[in-house]
Amino acid sequence: MNPAFSVIFLTTLIGVGQGLFLALFTGQSYSAVKLLPAAASAEFYSIGGLIALLFLVGGLIASFFHLGHPERAWRAAAMWRTSWLSREVIALPTVMGLLFIYALMHYMQWDIVLFTSEAGAELSVSLIVGILGMLATFALFLCTGMIYACIKFLQEWHTPLTVINYTLLGTASGFVLATAFATYTAPGLLKFFGIWSIIITLTALITRVASLLRNRSIKYKSSAQTAIGVRHTKVKQITMGMMGGSVNTRDFNHHMSALFFKSIKWVFLLLVFIIPSILIWAGIEEANRTLLFSAFIVQYIGLIAERWFFFAQANHPQNIYYQTV
Amino acid sequence: MTQLALVIDLNVCVGCHACVTSCKEWNTSGPAGSMCDDNPYGQDPTGTFFNRVQTYEVGEFPLTETVHFPKSCLHCEDPPCVPVCPTGASYKRESDGIVLVDYDKCIGCRYCSWACPYGAREIDEHQKVMKKCTLCVDRIYDEELPEEERKPACVLACPTNARLFGDVHDSESEISVTIREEGGYQLMPEWGTKPSNHYLPRRKTRMHIHDDELERADNPLNKEQRKPHGPIDEPTLDDSTSW
Ligand code: SF4
Ligand code: SF4
Repeated sequence: MNPAFSVIFLTTLIGVGQGLFLALFTGQSYSAVKLLPAAASAEFYSIGGLIALLFLVGGLIASFFHLGHPERAWRAAAMWRTSWLSREVIALPTVMGLLFIYALMHYMQWDIVLFTSEAGAELSVSLIVGILGMLATFALFLCTGMIYACIKFLQEWHTPLTVINYTLLGTASGFVLATAFATYTAPGLLKFFGIWSIIITLTALITRVASLLRNRSIKYKSSAQTAIGVRHTKVKQITMGMMGGSVNTRDFNHHMSALFFKSIKWVFLLLVFIIPSILIWAGIEEANRTLLFSAFIVQYIGLIAERWFFFAQANHPQNIYYQTV
Repeated sequence: MTQLALVIDLNVCVGCHACVTSCKEWNTSGPAGSMCDDNPYGQDPTGTFFNRVQTYEVGEFPLTETVHFPKSCLHCEDPPCVPVCPTGASYKRESDGIVLVDYDKCIGCRYCSWACPYGAREIDEHQKVMKKCTLCVDRIYDEELPEEERKPACVLACPTNARLFGDVHDSESEISVTIREEGGYQLMPEWGTKPSNHYLPRRKTRMHIHDDELERADNPLNKEQRKPHGPIDEPTLDDSTSW
């Protein structure tokens, strides 16, 4: 496929937003059950929530550049019964709405403790909003991943690993941002978020490498023989029915050299996983803001490369009909 | 239930592109507005087409065969392009099985073109909506046209009659009989899309001339000469029954 930058930015930006929210919520729920000291200030949640919201808005804006008719985008919520894309269109504003409420509640300090257990664990309204937000966030990850995983003849994508990778990579980038952000508003939680960032990043490394390995040995079900229905081992295309190319030759190919394509794989493995983990490790030791923010930026650039590779790697069976490109 | 479809005979198609041009001509002049066509006579011409004729070479030189292969939306019975559409712009008609795009609802997200394994959908880069073969839905029901012209433009244009049009669910229709008797097949059956359009395979047409067709078998002397005959009052060779 030809990676569209609008979709690359959509998926990576909302990934950061969702991950950051999950990080905030993890912090809050750990403190609610007193596993963590309530070290985070109200700003950590409110400003953190606002930043997460901005990333989601950024992703939403990017998505409009993908559409031919953005003014009709509201129609896309119609077919949620069958279309994962439609479900995503519903899940995204839901997450944004819950996140807005969550951030506002913390900002205005509107919160009521509904219930306190004997051990001192507190259930507050903001925690319930957070739980709903977390569910919506995971639903959004599922929708985003399934948009790609549900197309069965895009065999590189048609695996649960697609959903898992979208979830883990988004969460990792959000946790890394939370770590950097904690240096301002919740220094006490720095180590907590830092260690989690590294754990999630390395887990994502395992699942992403798993999908790379899986895709290395894919056996394509379609061939020139099944495409035109001629049973002969040698079938060669001579003309595509056009001379100057068409959407079919532009949209379904990455148009880059094999060398570039291969090198992007190593670039993203380095930028998404290895370098950020090292930077975070070094950064949390000495609470070094520069190191932690560069970890986030490096990882985000890496994620752009990762997403590019994800799209470019998918080999659409329609390309069999357009071989003489 | 009706399922309209085309049958394309690869044995007959000569790759003349008459179906391509007639399709473009009909559909670019229709109520849905023109289909884009950039640089038609310049460098890198590009545009939207519902139908394309491709050419394949089968075999290894010098034992090769050229196959001309027209390709358009196959109006799948289980079209993967329809359920993925978030707006409902892509739909399959209950009444005749044609898969259509509602150009007023389409947001141009291209998702359906990803979900068609055949590359049959092409976005119109000017109107920014998804386009594909409609089986000339705006002419096959047009009662202003004489009955024999209520067929897709490509079918009418084909000079070799390589394209047949009809209902594949009616087992006695011309195309169902052809599919059944001439080995009609579907493209990429591995994805379970159940295309309605079928293709007829290449067939070798050979003339078989046996020796006895070159030489008269009823020639006992093995000579090309006048038949022997007995006395004039006896029965002739032709009257005899024992040959
Ligand atoms: S050929 Fe492609 S566009 Fe046409 S119905 Fe089948 S999947 Fe849909
Ligand atoms: S491009 Fe149009 S028809 Fe295709 S999935 Fe998107 S909205 Fe539906």
